[in-house]
Amino acid sequence: MSSHVHNHAHTVADEIAEKTFQDVSICYQCGKCSAGCPVRYYMDVAPNKVVRLIQLGFYEEALNSSTPWLCAGCQTCSTRCPQEFDLAKFMDAVREIALEKGVEVKEKHIMDFHKAFLDQIKWFGKSYEVGLTADYKARTLDLLTDVDSAPGLFFKGKLNILPHKIKDKESVRKIFKKTAKK
Amino acid sequence: MKLGYFPGCSQTGTAIEYDISLKKVVDKLGTSLDEIKDWSCCGATSAHVTNHKLANALAMRNIALAGEQGLDELVAPCAACYNRLVVSQHDTLSRKETKEEIESIIEAKIDKEIKVMNLIELFRKIGYDKITAGKVKDLKNLSVACYYGCLLVRPAGITKFDDPEQPESMEELVKLTGAKTVDWNYKIECCGAGHSLSRRDIVLDLSHKIIEDAKKHGADVMVVACPMCHTNLDMRQRAMKREYPEHNDFPVLYLTELIGLALGMSEKELGIDKHYINYKYKEPAEVKAAV
Repeated sequence: MSSHVHNHAHTVADEIAEKTFQDVSICYQCGKCSAGCPVRYYMDVAPNKVVRLIQLGFYEEALNSSTPWLCAGCQTCSTRCPQEFDLAKFMDAVREIALEKGVEVKEKHIMDFHKAFLDQIKWFGKSYEVGLTADYKARTLDLLTDVDSAPGLFFKGKLNILPHKIKDKESVRKIFKKTAKK
Repeated sequence: MKLGYFPGCSQTGTAIEYDISLKKVVDKLGTSLDEIKDWSCCGATSAHVTNHKLANALAMRNIALAGEQGLDELVAPCAACYNRLVVSQHDTLSRKETKEEIESIIEAKIDKEIKVMNLIELFRKIGYDKITAGKVKDLKNLSVACYYGCLLVRPAGITKFDDPEQPESMEELVKLTGAKTVDWNYKIECCGAGHSLSRRDIVLDLSHKIIEDAKKHGADVMVVACPMCHTNLDMRQRAMKREYPEHNDFPVLYLTELIGLALGMSEKELGIDKHYINYKYKEPAEVKAAV
């Protein structure tokens, strides 16, 4: 583990503060967040420890962990934090910074899902489940999982063969264009 | 009374019965919903976990449209959409710079704050007395586990709607139908939400624990107010059975469907036949005969 000490440089902790309007140093490591986290068992680093890594300047270790990807965003941690630190929002920022820095994503399938989902919105303005599943499967080559659910959905009238599109698709495309990462 | 309606993408597909039952129940209670014209996806999980500006802009496009349509309040029946709309609006309007930035991204002015309601708040607004007055079937035979999931009550500081650890508002509503509610441990535990396709193993594990706890505490059915929760808890039961062979089918209803049954509508009318796990309400006499 190598510590990165930045005295005047723009640090990851600064970036998190800018994105979330909260200071990571307020966390005093009680661990309540990790104790209540429903997906803690699947993570390589406990949520409170990701906070600790950022506090100490071990940015690479934090950005490389599987934790932000596996976080389900349920906000149990944010609800219980005695310091009112919004850990779910913190995880959003850590993920976003990892993407901006081009860090290799530990949970590739999860990121593939997000890309596939956002593609549907960019194209149609709404999520389109058939397109989403096809796009996701093309990215992951995970072709067999869930194929069993599709005929049932179709016969129950839940699977739209064609996407529902919004009229003003351009307005949504512009939003994607203007917020795209360089 | 006219209320804005933000259906959310699921209501047009996998949760079509939630849309059907909501509209029928609201109509029966004498309210009409005014759908936001040309609404788009709120951005859901995938936007806010990867790009916070994109997430806020996608949600605020809809808030701006609601304002243009002259609405002051709207209902978002999907707990995830509700959460995104409430949080994005809070984050955008609480700082002048953020508001201006979002307005320039969506190329629209945000003139006013829109009161965004979840499903339970919608019923509060309509009035519980209307449900009691319209009730034609007393569901006294039923024990219900009310499942809030994570996003319906959080973040409590912004939603300001119920206790985020021990919510009781859904129980209050369910009791109006005559049904009993059970005390149980998993009503605010996460089902795995957006990991449904990408980490099905996690979703099966979490959802299975939720269903097991509801059964252990004597529930006959679970009631939810979120399409993502419903997908994970209903549609995933087939895969759950492969993973946990001792698992038995357990019906999961939308809150609107349960209220619809009490108001005298049939399972088919409410779209309950579209669930993976079949459900039909049994009158007390039928239950006795079966035992």
